[in-house]
Amino acid sequence: MFYPIQLLADWLTYSIFNITPKTLLADTINFFIFDTIKIFILIIIVIFLISIIRSYLPPEKIRAILSRKNKYVGNILASLLGIITPFCSCSAIPLFLGFVQAGVPLGTTFSFLIASPMINEVALVLLLGLFGWKIALMYIVSGLIISILSGIIIGKMKVENLVEPFVYGNLINGNRNLPSMSGKERINYAKDYTLDILKKVWIYVLIGIGIGAWIHGYLPADFLVQYAGSDKWYVVPLAVLIGIPLYSNAAGVIPLVSALTEKGVSMGTTLAFMMSVTALSLPEFMILKKVMKIKLIIIFVSIVTIGIIFTGYLFNLIL
Amino acid sequence: MKIEVIGSGCKKCKALFELAKEVFPELGINDEVIYSNDINKIVLMGIMQSPVLTINDKPVLVGMLPNKERLKEIIIKYI
Repeated sequence: MFYPIQLLADWLTYSIFNITPKTLLADTINFFIFDTIKIFILIIIVIFLISIIRSYLPPEKIRAILSRKNKYVGNILASLLGIITPFCSCSAIPLFLGFVQAGVPLGTTFSFLIASPMINEVALVLLLGLFGWKIALMYIVSGLIISILSGIIIGKMKVENLVEPFVYGNLINGNRNLPSMSGKERINYAKDYTLDILKKVWIYVLIGIGIGAWIHGYLPADFLVQYAGSDKWYVVPLAVLIGIPLYSNAAGVIPLVSALTEKGVSMGTTLAFMMSVTALSLPEFMILKKVMKIKLIIIFVSIVTIGIIFTGYLFNLIL
Repeated sequence: MKIEVIGSGCKKCKALFELAKEVFPELGINDEVIYSNDINKIVLMGIMQSPVLTINDKPVLVGMLPNKERLKEIIIKYI
């Protein structure tokens, strides 16, 4: 599928930049050009398509779907719908209030709040482009399982008393009041959104792939096995810990991680690290403080963290 | 005409407010653009995204920051 891009990368490396083939430098440059073009093409296609789907399924419609579902179906649907909804700190509070006030159960709301940032479109594109569809699928499925189970557990804990009382102040009948969109407006929306994302991430993607290409070319193949191989028990929790402050920077982190995986970091550790980068974000927790008690945030973070660490160990064991 | 940008106070919301203040006069509309960070208003409208641009209390733009040209198109459609 990416063969024409490889031809283009070869032509640029060997003919235009005139670098002698089979040297370290040639490999590194070639790798960099190939990955960069591939990722940018994927970003444009995938994000455009997801934006079109999203224009038909804004959070307000998702809420209407979720408020009619029973508990377990709700958790599953909420997690699935979280995939197409990007997590924006601007909307975190109206999203939470909107769900809860329309009668969507707390556990279902959490399933959505976990899946939405964890399985985000940029991370998905990078996983697809750099790790292949199998790993991307594994990431999606384990992300879904974590968000579904975490939501169910939080729902069972009956923690409604840990939500700020004002949240339950006004109960609304989720009537939709959205401006309608024509087909042309949907395409414009998707185009603008894709451009926005490109503007936001291109520099991180370039830097990430750049450092990744250097690691790919210059570090020996087993460089990290002795420190980060799957037999080291502490690597998974450590990776999760390192991932927390790197929130919202999946664009730069994933290319880097893909190169490190090549040098001996095991796949489970890599998956756990990426989940930690996307799902555990400090600014999100700070914002949620407006609508829930710290105790509930700690419960929520702990459950998700345990889920991620467990996933890391599991894949280290079976892959 | 009552023109209001309602947001949670994030960067995107303020950027939309600034853009709206610029665009309405260019369209010959000199009514004041108000900024509000009363999230309840958004939720009560049945909306779950921020920022929101309302004209006479009717939401016309939800959850995004368009470019200038696009914002003009949207406003013209609703006035």
